[in-house]
Amino acid sequence: MVIAMFDDAQLRQRAWDVAATVVDPEISVLSIADLGVLRDVAVRDGQVEVAITPTYSGCPAMNMITLEIELALEREGFRNSKVRTVLSPAWTTDWMSEEGRRKLAEYGIAPPQAASSRRALFGVEQVECPQCGSIDTEVLSEFGSTSCKALWRCKSCREPFDYFKCH
Amino acid sequence: MAVASIQVSETPLVLYTLRRADDALILGHRLSEWCGHAPAMEEDMALANMGLDLLGQARELYGYAARVEGNGNDEDKFAYLRDVRQYRNLLLLEQPNGDFARTMVRQFFYSAFADLYWRAMMKSGDATLAAIAAKSEKESAYHLRHSSEWIVRLGDGTEESHRRAQTAIDDLWPFTGEMFEVDDSERALIDAGIAVDPASLRPQWLQTVSDIVREATLALPKNDWMQQGGRSGRHSEHLGHLLSELQSMQRTFPGATW
Repeated sequence: MVIAMFDDAQLRQRAWDVAATVVDPEISVLSIADLGVLRDVAVRDGQVEVAITPTYSGCPAMNMITLEIELALEREGFRNSKVRTVLSPAWTTDWMSEEGRRKLAEYGIAPPQAASSRRALFGVEQVECPQCGSIDTEVLSEFGSTSCKALWRCKSCREPFDYFKCH
Repeated sequence: MAVASIQVSETPLVLYTLRRADDALILGHRLSEWCGHAPAMEEDMALANMGLDLLGQARELYGYAARVEGNGNDEDKFAYLRDVRQYRNLLLLEQPNGDFARTMVRQFFYSAFADLYWRAMMKSGDATLAAIAAKSEKESAYHLRHSSEWIVRLGDGTEESHRRAQTAIDDLWPFTGEMFEVDDSERALIDAGIAVDPASLRPQWLQTVSDIVREATLALPKNDWMQQGGRSGRHSEHLGHLLSELQSMQRTFPGATW
């Protein structure tokens, strides 16, 4: 295969680029690289090992993401690649790329704020409505349609919206 | 039951990890029982979300216990093929959901503890437990915030919601002491810097719980008699019923997959 022509460093970059095309099955505008879920790609003797980290402990998308990475690599000629899950350091929304935040907002999901507000026992977050930009918003539920989102409502344009929780 | 239960070699680290895994699985299962039955759509999603967090924590912990034990057990065997006397969870967490107030009080007592506990465990000398703690701590913070808000709303709500919340506090209070108990097996891990002493967290837990309960115009019971037994496998009658549902598929169709 073509792969024989590359050294490990080049292979690693290629494998990273391939893995980085995998999107979150629940938020299809974000790649796992945008999310910070893709942690590391290593190549040993031509075999690729990808490390990913879960956003939430129970995130059901992890199995799907693992499978998608393996398939994507297989399609590009990487045989028998491995995906392993790492827990440490724990994933944080601070790892989400600027590009990822922009794509989220365009998609209609308010991007996460700085994780420092997380410890407040009662909500003090001020979240901007991704539809109209107003900050006159309120939380409807801390827990939304997926583990990583909360449900908010804009009091200005009256639209409900998802907010990607700080973590 | 059609399938025999597994044998577990409960070395201190295996036992310790199974205790925390069982806490997460059993409470997560209780929360999942609300799915489709909660008083509002948002709450249905919230309870299922929290259940999912706990199930995720349980899976990480069972996986680690299996690696430490090294006897061919795995997360599924631990969950599906241990009998009630082999379960090591806190009695508090197996208590039935009851009404919504009871579910929230149970969640509040536990989350106020779990939040402190996992944060302290991030400094564990065991790298895997520290990593699991770092994830669980973030999730527990949300669970605590959610249940705290409900305690205030229920206590300081209508006459009926106040009465139900107070009854739940009175009934569940005797199960809170077990969170802070340790036995010799766990003491060895605490001395080795692998586990933290939960008793050291009790003053802060009591502070958080008292503050919220006071704000909710509710009161903590004066009686401090505490029930225990779950950590050594002596459970209330409720756990067996829970397990019969949780395990029915694997006990009836051994090794079934889909």
